[in-house]
Amino acid sequence: MVSTTPVSDLPEKNVSRSSAWGVFARMMRVREFTLIVMIVMIGIALHLITGRFFTTPNLSAISLGFATSAIMVFGMTAALVSGGFDLSVGSVFAMGGVTAAIALRAGLPIPISILCGVGAGFVAGLISGLLITKAAINPFITTLGMLGIARGVSLAITEGAPLARLPEEFFIFGQGKTIDIPNLIIIALVTILIGDILMRRSSAFRQIYYVGGNEEAARLSGINVDRVKIGVYVLSGMLAALAGVLSVSRFTVADPGTAVGEELRIIAACIIGGCSLRGGRGTVIGGLLGLIFVGFINNGMILLRVPVYWQQLSMGVVLLLAVGFDTLSQRWQVRSKGHPNS
Amino acid sequence: MIPLLEAIGITKQFPGTLALDNVQLELLPGEIHAVVGENGAGKSTLMKILAGVSTADSGEIRFEGHPVLATSPREALLLGIAIVHQELSLVPTLTVAENIFPGRLPTNRFGMVRYGELFREAGKVLQKLNVAVDPHAAVEMLSIATQQLIEITKALSLNCKVLILDEPTSALTDHEADMLLAFLRRLASDGVGILYISHKLNEIFATADRVTVLRDGKYVGTEKISDITPDEVIRMMVGRELGNMYPPKSERQGVPLLEVKNLRLPDSQASNNFTLYEGEILGFAGLIGSGRSELARAIFGAEPKAEGEILFNGQAVTIDSPKKAIELGLGYLPEDRKAAGLFLDMSVKLNMAATVIDKVSSGPMVSPRKERILAEQYVQRLDISTAGIEQEIRRLSGGNQQKALVAKWLAIQPKILIVDEPTRGIDVGAKKAIHFLLRALAESGVGVIMISSELPEVLGMSDRILVMHENAIVAEYHWENATEEKIIRSASGN
Repeated sequence: MVSTTPVSDLPEKNVSRSSAWGVFARMMRVREFTLIVMIVMIGIALHLITGRFFTTPNLSAISLGFATSAIMVFGMTAALVSGGFDLSVGSVFAMGGVTAAIALRAGLPIPISILCGVGAGFVAGLISGLLITKAAINPFITTLGMLGIARGVSLAITEGAPLARLPEEFFIFGQGKTIDIPNLIIIALVTILIGDILMRRSSAFRQIYYVGGNEEAARLSGINVDRVKIGVYVLSGMLAALAGVLSVSRFTVADPGTAVGEELRIIAACIIGGCSLRGGRGTVIGGLLGLIFVGFINNGMILLRVPVYWQQLSMGVVLLLAVGFDTLSQRWQVRSKGHPNS
Repeated sequence: MIPLLEAIGITKQFPGTLALDNVQLELLPGEIHAVVGENGAGKSTLMKILAGVSTADSGEIRFEGHPVLATSPREALLLGIAIVHQELSLVPTLTVAENIFPGRLPTNRFGMVRYGELFREAGKVLQKLNVAVDPHAAVEMLSIATQQLIEITKALSLNCKVLILDEPTSALTDHEADMLLAFLRRLASDGVGILYISHKLNEIFATADRVTVLRDGKYVGTEKISDITPDEVIRMMVGRELGNMYPPKSERQGVPLLEVKNLRLPDSQASNNFTLYEGEILGFAGLIGSGRSELARAIFGAEPKAEGEILFNGQAVTIDSPKKAIELGLGYLPEDRKAAGLFLDMSVKLNMAATVIDKVSSGPMVSPRKERILAEQYVQRLDISTAGIEQEIRRLSGGNQQKALVAKWLAIQPKILIVDEPTRGIDVGAKKAIHFLLRALAESGVGVIMISSELPEVLGMSDRILVMHENAIVAEYHWENATEEKIIRSASGN
């Protein structure tokens, strides 16, 4: 068979120039690697400045701080990879917690109550998913609507008042420890690990990347696009509600006004971690690292006694830097590869 | 005669690639000058340099005898050099007039657009160029061919002397392409110099005055069309004899594989009947919009059909989704490679595994080993040039991308493969490879349905040819009785 080999399509020519710098440059292109390097550097810097960063109480406090967020990162990564996003996670978080609290106060057993909370998230996600696929309403509008609905439901059924006086045994998830490690951190880590493995390796979750990469091509390749998308929003809703339930277990009250704006924090973390708003790209671990990265910077600011008002600013700056760096490096890469005839 | 545009010793280096190496080109006033070469030969790079989109590392460009240096498309436009890219740059929702004068709309002193004047001016320009389009029409309502004319009108409304066209007919049917080419000849007779990049040699031989051939970034030569044959041009392009572009026809008589009965497309009265036999290549000819792709997609379950019955191996089947079609052993290679075929940001490996996620899995998990073996097998079998299976597919040439898409369908081990414009916009070498691949597939017993708007390809490849007109199959030819004239006549409804 005759083959033609356009010179421009043989990137080995570029790789052949590779040196230590080339290897480094390529590793830097893997977002997780960059983030780990930066996280470690920030940690060391903070430890050197304050002398109390790498201490068990501080690290444990930071981890507890974003354990529930980490659970939501899995669902949000899936939504982003599919080419959408879920703006309702903060509200569903509150609704999940409130629902579980009501079930507990009604005297239902703890496992059933947790299921009720998670079930509320399932319903919210299913409705979003159905609207996005069957009614073809775009994810922004759909989940923005769900953000209002879930928050409204939480406020309405509680009449705006936090629910307290929950059974003591329920607090074991949020406050208990197993061999000195808080249960909440264990649950978050296990969720993240399972999520990462599923997203990387499972054939069911692999379909999310195809859908986000090119929806039409995915459909023509025999992937049931609607089912994948509905699944993604159901997953995101359930995880957000689960996180909400765990948060109630930790703080002992279900506050219908909690986690306002959490969705943007999670989306930002995922994007810092390498997700793209265009879909098809991103890992769960990346999202977790994004969360840790921002968490470290905020913690550093607290340790350095920077007024709390500046924390929002740091989030914004980090987000823009991460995305800006990515866009520029891609453009640079394309330019240097040079596609004479593409 | 002083050349209108002259490029001398143009060299352009990209990291790792010498895209252009001491290339020359000369364009005379009133000349249609074709530039040909395989993908990667440097045609587009040269055109981009001439149009100010990028700059050369060395070399000189002379416009009407004077050295010039255009560093932006705007400067080139002011000189009188306009380029029309392969992808149209029109705004679909705006009117023709607004698209002809973007950024220089006539305004009153409050900065408001004077629409009366705009439409009058646009009307004048269109009339001068003999383009019969209403300046009030929204661009999205026009055919691709007409949009192309608008794009050219836009370029010429600035009184350009040099017009550069990058594969202007790749999305057009033969009839529309003829219209466009006639239009170009008229322009040339008014003294405009036209540089014309194309893969289609028949068009070049019907239209151009001279042809310049590039190969691997080097200048091979410039010849008068009247002094050269298509075979000689191909030889200059590939640097070797390519042999026949089309494999020999099949002699086998297969059993019916797919029977389509009374299939009617939505919004159409015509019901279609045809049978695909084992081991044959069934060509579908027709104009763009004649319903060939819609019919194929209806069979594949990707688009709704109004009614109709499909028999597969003699059994009635319901195909209501591509998933169902794939389970039965049907594959469909869509016509729009980028929009509907490729996962551009993903690796060659993942693109190939898209149809067979379950086959490359062990239990619920994807097996990296199976995935790798699958991809490596097809890269080797289809001779795909890529840096590796992890390479992003967007970095491959059009021909290699197309081969990878074929691989994705071979992976399901199809019994029927529908290919829609399988060689659009890819270079001759890859084109020939895909032709032979399709024939080899048919020889192994697969029924192949090939939709193509290129008549030589339909004639060269098909064992039987069905012609469609307005959502209906209107004619059938055995390859021995088929001619271009007969097909064109059937396709235009005569």
